[in-house]
Amino acid sequence: MTAEPKTTELNGGRGGSSPRKPAEPLLSVRDVVQEFVVRERGGTKGGVVHAVSSVSFDVLPGETLGIVGETGSGKSTLARAILQAPRPMSGSVVFRGTDLTTLRGRKLLDARRHMQFVFQDPFGSLDPKWQVRHIVEEPLVAYRTGDRAARRKRVEELLDLVGLDPARYGKRHPRALSGGQAQRVAIARAMALDPSLLICDEAVSSLDVLIQAQVLNLFERLRAELGLSYLFIAHDLALVKQVSDRVAVMYLGKLCEVGPGESVYRQPLHPYTKALLDSIPSTEPGAGRATATIKGEPPSPINPPSGCRFRTRCPRATDLCASEEPMPRELASGHLVACHFPLIEPPPAGSAAAQETAATATPAPAAAPAPAAKGAGQ
Amino acid sequence: MTESLLEVEELRVGFALGGRELRAVDGVSFSVNPGTTLAIIGESGSGKTVSCRAIMGLLPTGTAIRGSARLRGSELIGLTDSELRRHRGTDMAMVFQDPARSLNPTMRIGAQIAEAIRTHRQVTKAEAQAQAIELLRLVRMPAADRRFHEYPHQLSGGMRQRVMIAIALACRPKLLIADEATTALDVTTQAQIMELLLELQEQLNMALIMISHDLGLAASYADEVIVMYAGKIVEQAPASRLFGAGGAVRMRYTRALLDAIPHLERPAHTLLPIVGGRPPDPTALPPGCSFAPRCAYAEDDCRAKTPALTEHAPGHSWACWHPCENGSGMSKGGAA
Repeated sequence: MTAEPKTTELNGGRGGSSPRKPAEPLLSVRDVVQEFVVRERGGTKGGVVHAVSSVSFDVLPGETLGIVGETGSGKSTLARAILQAPRPMSGSVVFRGTDLTTLRGRKLLDARRHMQFVFQDPFGSLDPKWQVRHIVEEPLVAYRTGDRAARRKRVEELLDLVGLDPARYGKRHPRALSGGQAQRVAIARAMALDPSLLICDEAVSSLDVLIQAQVLNLFERLRAELGLSYLFIAHDLALVKQVSDRVAVMYLGKLCEVGPGESVYRQPLHPYTKALLDSIPSTEPGAGRATATIKGEPPSPINPPSGCRFRTRCPRATDLCASEEPMPRELASGHLVACHFPLIEPPPAGSAAAQETAATATPAPAAAPAPAAKGAGQ
Repeated sequence: MTESLLEVEELRVGFALGGRELRAVDGVSFSVNPGTTLAIIGESGSGKTVSCRAIMGLLPTGTAIRGSARLRGSELIGLTDSELRRHRGTDMAMVFQDPARSLNPTMRIGAQIAEAIRTHRQVTKAEAQAQAIELLRLVRMPAADRRFHEYPHQLSGGMRQRVMIAIALACRPKLLIADEATTALDVTTQAQIMELLLELQEQLNMALIMISHDLGLAASYADEVIVMYAGKIVEQAPASRLFGAGGAVRMRYTRALLDAIPHLERPAHTLLPIVGGRPPDPTALPPGCSFAPRCAYAEDDCRAKTPALTEHAPGHSWACWHPCENGSGMSKGGAA
C-alpha cells in the first residue's frame, strides 16, 4: 500500500497530504443526522428511519461535488437538511461562514439566499398559473431586490442566460413549455439572486438524452462563466462523474467513498462503488456487459445493519464489519473510503470474495481491462 | 427469413387528433428470431412503444393500424380482441415500466400470478398456486413461499418487477416485450433484472424485445438494435456492429444520441456536442428527413427527399443522405 492510512473526516480533496493551502469551504457539512419516526396504526411509535446518519463533507468555491446514491440512500433528505427544510436533527451546516442550523426566520432566509435549488420535476416546481417572467421574477420580489424596471431587466438577462428568448417565452405559462424549457425556467429562477451554490437534486433525470445534454452544458457554462459551485445529486454515476470535480457515494444514509471523480472511477475503493460501476451498461467499445455483482435489495433504513451498512450484501464482509463501523480513511490523495477491507487490499480471509478468488486461483489473464477492474491486482 | 418468430412489415399507426392525423408509427418493418434480443431505442414520442402496443393489440379502438405483424406465421393486425387473447400470454407477453401501477394493490401477489395461469390454462386452484410459487422461484424472488402471500406495497420496486415478469412468463410465451421495464429501477437492480431476463430467455428459448431510451442498455444486452425517430426506423444493425470495437453508427441521429450520453470515460466538465431543437410535431412532420431540422449536416436534399432505410452494409441499414464516415466520430477506446 502506498498511502498511509489515516483517519480523517470525509472532507476529501484537501487531505493533510495536499501541499496546497486549502481554500475556505463554501459549504461545510458536519455530522448531519436526519431521522424520521414512523408511526404504526393508532399513532404508536413504530420505528425510526435513519435517513441520513452522520454525513460530513465540504464544497469549495467554484467546485462541483457530486453525490450519487440509489433510491432510499438518503441523498434527497441530505439536500433538504442542508436547506433546513426540514432542519437536521443534529450536526452543522456552515454556509459562507454561518451555521444555518442555528438561524431562524428572516436571518435564515438571508443566509440561504445564495443557495438555490433545482429539482427533478420542473413542472411540479413551477406554478402553472404564472407566466414565465413572473416565475423568474419571484425571488427578486421576495428579497425586495430593485424596482420594477430593474427587475424586469434582470428577468430578461436571466432568460437570455439560460437560452430562452425573453420576447418569445416570457409571457408563456409552464404548460406551453417542453420539459427542457421548463427546467431552464427553473434554473433561471434559481439564478435570479446570484447564488454561489446551486443544489441540483436529479435536475436532469426526467429529460430525454438530447435535452439533458443541453441542460448539462448550460450548467457547465454557468460554472465556467460565473464561478458557480454545485452540489449535484443524482442516481446516475456516469452523469455525476461527468459534471463533478469530486464524487461522493452514498449508501443507506452514509457516505462510503469520496474522492476526485477520475480516481473514484479508475480505482474504486469501496465494494459498493465497484458494484455500481459494474452495473452501468455502457456503449464504450470494450466496456463489456454490465454485471450484477451485488445481490439482493438494500436493507430497510428502519433497522440498518450494525457496523458497516453495506456488509449484508458485500462479498468481502467478515465478522469485523458487523461489529465495528469502518471510519473514513484517506488511501489516496483526497480519496477517502469507509471500509475495513478496501479494494486495494486482497479480500480478507473468510469472506465470500476470498473463497471465490481461491476457487479461480489461476493467474488472472487481463481478460477485461475495464478501468473499474478489481484493485486487488495492482 | 422463414424461421423468424415475429415479422413486422410496413406497420403504420395513426391516431385521429381533432381532424388531423397523428402518425405515431410510419412504415416500420423488422423481424425477431427465436431466442434473440432486439432493442428498440428512441426518445419520448419516437413511436417505439406504440409499435409494440400495436403488435400486442393494446391500442385504443379506433386507432388506424395498417401493415402486417405475423407471429409464427399468423397475422395479428386486424384480429378481434378475443382472437388476440389467444395469443397474448401464451405466445407473447409484455412487461411495463411501472410495476406498481400494473399490479392490483388489493390482491396478494400469489393470487395475481395464479389468476394469470388460470386465465390461460385449465388447472385447479391448488395446481395454479403451486405453479405460481414455482414461477416466483423462477424469477428468483427471495423467500418465494412467504412473498406469495404478500401485497404489492410490501415489495420493493425490483421485487414488483419480478412479479410482473412471473405473470408475463406464466404461460411460457415465445416473445416477451419489455417496455422500459428497468427504467424506474436503480442501476444495480436493473443489472439483476436484465441478467434474470437473459437467463430466462435462454432457459425458455424466448425472444425478447427491449424498448428503451437507453443506448447503453442496448449495447450491453441486445443482439440487434433498432433506432427510431419520429415514427420511423432510422438505423438498424447488430449491436456488435454499432458499439463493438471497429463498429460505428452511421445515422446522424444515432450518433447524436450516443454523443449526448454521459460517459464514465469522459473527463469532468467536458461540453457535450449539442443538438438543438426538439423532435418534430407528429401531426406536422417536415418534408424530407424528419431529423434534418436539427441536424448539423443537413443539406438541401435532406429537406426535400426522405431517405429510405437501406441496407448499406451486410446487416446494417440506415436512412441518411449524409451518414457519418465509417469509424469516424467514435469516442476513444478503453482506458488501456
